[in-house]
Amino acid sequence: MNLLQSLVLIFVCVTATGVVFTRDPLSQSVGLSFYGILLGMMFFVFQAPDVALSQIVIGALILPLILLLTLSWLKRSQLEQKKGSSS
Amino acid sequence: MNMPTRLTLFLLGAMATGFLYLKGATQLPEFGHYGSSFYPQTYGDAINHASIFARHITDSVTGVNFDIRALDTLGEEFILFTSVMGAVVLLREAYEKTPKQDDHEQSGQKEKSAIHAPKATDAVRLWILGMTAPTVLFGFYIVLHGQLTPGGGFQGGVILATAPLLIFLAQDYENFKRITPNTLLEIGESLGAGGYACVGALALLSGAPFLANIFPFGQTGSILSGGIIPLISFLVGLEVAGGFVLLLAAFLQDLFSSSDESKEKESAQ
Repeated sequence: MNLLQSLVLIFVCVTATGVVFTRDPLSQSVGLSFYGILLGMMFFVFQAPDVALSQIVIGALILPLILLLTLSWLKRSQLEQKKGSSS
Repeated sequence: MNMPTRLTLFLLGAMATGFLYLKGATQLPEFGHYGSSFYPQTYGDAINHASIFARHITDSVTGVNFDIRALDTLGEEFILFTSVMGAVVLLREAYEKTPKQDDHEQSGQKEKSAIHAPKATDAVRLWILGMTAPTVLFGFYIVLHGQLTPGGGFQGGVILATAPLLIFLAQDYENFKRITPNTLLEIGESLGAGGYACVGALALLSGAPFLANIFPFGQTGSILSGGIIPLISFLVGLEVAGGFVLLLAAFLQDLFSSSDESKEKESAQ
């Protein structure tokens, strides 16, 4: 295992722990995106470019995006409920 | 079940798992060493050999996905298809239920509960204007060169799916909707999923097993090498791009279209 590989592994461990310990879903999804890029870099460093490509587009783009959309969807329905109860 | 019983149960299970894990981990080959003394000829070596000499392709991963294990990929494809369909059905149902009731009850109200996205700045719009065409081109490149370089239908399809999203970021929901009509997306997705199965059935017609590689393999390194692999890669790209944009469109419709309706009403008034 060379220096680059060990560094990337350490970064992935640190970021994954950070994502788990972030309690706010909004900042968690941003952290998840960063973690997705790091994980993609890890796959690339370990000579799996195919998986790295899938990981970058799915883990860093689509998954946080769908999380963000779901969060705003939930926020809107919460607002609607408040409106409905107040009026 | 109370807490101490749970804890003892967990500890027992963890000890057993840990013991088995350690026992297995000590017998693993060293880091970076591919084969072990038990299995000197590995599956990977066999695949690397077969993909170049028996299929005329240079990316073994795509070869495994779309030829050697093509049936597994067909299953995955339909998992994606079904989950996208399920999500879209749920979101559309929610969309058709909630805003319409609001419209009937409080039709004159201007302030809808839809989220008003702030307008993109000129810098963002200029950047996205320059990025959209290269994104589409790169997506097609990844889809079409799956058998030669890392990539393939799945990765390229997702990259293609991000292009309409860029339009949405730079413009608004209406422009996003204009370039991605639902009919086109649905046709793309079902054509991709159904076409994959049809390629498999085509092999059956010619007397070969399901999803057998019946087309000529071509010259190694050319874009048409690999028989059915580029065709399946293209179909998967179509399915994945259509599916993801359909999913995003369903989300965005539910979030943003009611604000558009209120805008239309405002302009009509």
